[in-house]
Amino acid sequence: MSPAEIRAKVIEILADILPDDDLSQLKDDVPLREQVELDSMDFLDIVMELRKRYRIQIPEDDYIHLATLSGTVKYLEPLMKDLPK
Amino acid sequence: MVAGKPDSQRIVITGVGLAAPNGNNLVEFREALLNGRSGVRDYDIRYVGSTLAGVCMFNELKYQSRKDLRRGTRAGSMGVYCTAEAIADAGLDWANIDKSMVGVYVGVTEHGNVETENEVYQLQGYNFDTSFWSHHHNPRTVANNPAGEISLNLGITGPHYTIGAACAAGNAGMIQGAQMLLLDECDVALAGGVSESIHTFGIFASFKSQGALASHADPTKASRPFDLDRNGIVVAEGGAMFVLERMSDAKARRAKIYGELAGYAMNSDASDFVLPNPERQAQCMQLALRRAGVAADSIDIVSTHATGTTNGDSQECDALRRVFGGSSRTRFNNTKSFIGHAMGAAGALELAGNLPAFHDGCCHPTINLERPDPECRLEGLVAGETREMGHVDYILNNSFGMLGINSVVVVKRV
Repeated sequence: MSPAEIRAKVIEILADILPDDDLSQLKDDVPLREQVELDSMDFLDIVMELRKRYRIQIPEDDYIHLATLSGTVKYLEPLMKDLPK
Repeated sequence: MVAGKPDSQRIVITGVGLAAPNGNNLVEFREALLNGRSGVRDYDIRYVGSTLAGVCMFNELKYQSRKDLRRGTRAGSMGVYCTAEAIADAGLDWANIDKSMVGVYVGVTEHGNVETENEVYQLQGYNFDTSFWSHHHNPRTVANNPAGEISLNLGITGPHYTIGAACAAGNAGMIQGAQMLLLDECDVALAGGVSESIHTFGIFASFKSQGALASHADPTKASRPFDLDRNGIVVAEGGAMFVLERMSDAKARRAKIYGELAGYAMNSDASDFVLPNPERQAQCMQLALRRAGVAADSIDIVSTHATGTTNGDSQECDALRRVFGGSSRTRFNNTKSFIGHAMGAAGALELAGNLPAFHDGCCHPTINLERPDPECRLEGLVAGETREMGHVDYILNNSFGMLGINSVVVVKRV
């Protein structure tokens, strides 16, 4: 998957977790929590969905890398680049 | 319980919110009951397959967001809907009420089975690797979940909890609410019962193994208490929540009053896991009557608990004959014949469905009673068609549950 495709997959997950939110205007470099209502349980949903959908295990120490959309894509790139679209 | 009590120690019902398989508010529900409209339909659930159930169709998004629904439980959603409807119906000045003096008391038969079954089912797809087990599992399955979701949704900071009382829970929630008002633990009690039981295959499978799961080619005829052709329980989901207040508070704000909780009682059979005990049921009814300060022949309508099982129905009728055998005034009906057994919500829904009798003077019938079982003989059993009674002063509502738990409330016209 390319970075753009990974971003789209993350947005897909966010859309499921935040079904009432408009995600079309999300800024990639601004922390997600400043743009949408994302509490700790929602955040864990992101981690869980990445695990379920792509079998990606994210250690707790790495959660810090998932604060922004761009950070998340950057973190996921080496883990998802070989996955089929 | 009533005679001589000051208004500050009299408890009244000032709001009703409900979700039933045949109505999403009291007006719709009452109309369905008076006109013989069932809410039972075909239903499929994993592992059990095709069966029947009472299914609710209320608008979940009326008071919750899609995110709320994703995170919470069906029982929580049911509770939120019913409670918000009850508050609106009561005409409370909700924005200015001290939320720390509002209590939430929700009767449940069980809670957590639905969510646990769902998680285990999903985990199967991950070879039972528990790292795929949801972090939502605990907040969804804690026993207070349905009441807690109400507290969260409505910003209520007073006490909230559920009352686990098997199928006696609807009355038990109401009794708990009344007691907390009498103890000044709260000024407004939001009390009743909810059930999400149709979403757990376990309850269907267990009743089936017990030989107590109803079946019928016509779903609307499957729930048939007192009938010789009854063959078990139709499981239903639902909820009914009441706004309870002290009479003094209700009068001060000129609230509409549905009725007064004149007396109540709970007791235990202490005799069997599942089989009822008519002697204890009769004692429970007699205690509620005594506390209400009325004799059996003052009761106009008895809302029976009967679920459509061979043993349970006849045993309750035995208890009813012991208590009401000398009363020519009393009429009996059964709401489960319309909606099935709404478990933790049953007692609350069945009382709610009968409350309008104080105003319309009617006793809704028991439907599907075509061949009365002689063992269920009850003088005054209203079958098939609504009975116009003209004037209704007292309703007695029975709710009994497994492990031998009995609850009875007596409600008086105000």
